[in-house]
Amino acid sequence: MSERLNFRFEVAGDDFTSAGQASVQVKKILRQLGMETDFIKRVSIAMYEGEINMVIHAGGGVAEVNVCEDHVEIILEDHGPGIADIEKAMQAGYSTAPDSVRSLGFGAGMGLPNMKKNSDSMDISSVVGEGTRIVMRVNI
Amino acid sequence: MKIAKLQELLDAKVLCCEENLGKHVYSAFGCDLMSDVLAYVTDQAVLLTGLVNPQVIRTALMMDMVCIIFVRSKSPNEEMIELAKENGIVMMSTNKTLYTTCGILYSNGLVGTAEVQK
Repeated sequence: MSERLNFRFEVAGDDFTSAGQASVQVKKILRQLGMETDFIKRVSIAMYEGEINMVIHAGGGVAEVNVCEDHVEIILEDHGPGIADIEKAMQAGYSTAPDSVRSLGFGAGMGLPNMKKNSDSMDISSVVGEGTRIVMRVNI
Repeated sequence: MKIAKLQELLDAKVLCCEENLGKHVYSAFGCDLMSDVLAYVTDQAVLLTGLVNPQVIRTALMMDMVCIIFVRSKSPNEEMIELAKENGIVMMSTNKTLYTTCGILYSNGLVGTAEVQK
């Protein structure tokens, strides 16, 4: 594959029941492209965690996925409250999610560490009060 | 273990994808916290849960899980059943609690997902 494929998804922030729809789409696309199962799973987990985070914390955002020759790049951008202490947020078990989110099965403080675990590189840039941009790369 | 065997052991009601009862699962993970499912499930496992929302199905889908069993007689709505159907995920419901469900499956030889390393 020499052509780079680009996909863009609006992630709605007002409806938790739809959270994860973009990741389901991406999984489907990667399957159609005939990519390897374990690779698809890594991309899916990384993106799904990020997408759930955008819905829980930031009122939604935009997810962009670039399928390149040797890697897939996931860019998640939101205009939420931003992350005050990225180092702390990266610690497993640390979460600022409200109890209402925990009763839905999320907010355990595992999202960011799991995104890092499933990607080959992850860059977070965040400004409090302005938003967060996360770029993950998963090598094929 | 074949999914059909899970159904038989738990006397569970099949909610969709009956045609996939012949598929196998190699371990089980019992949990209401989807964050942990995403973090710890490693192989083709069955998900045992009492949580009922569309994220349960999407989480299972992300993890390539082929079967979800709802405990305590919980049952998913039509939207969730449709989502599972589209993706060939067998869903069942049992009147047993999570603890009992896990005990029955474990004592019949179905192991848990690998232990969590700190």
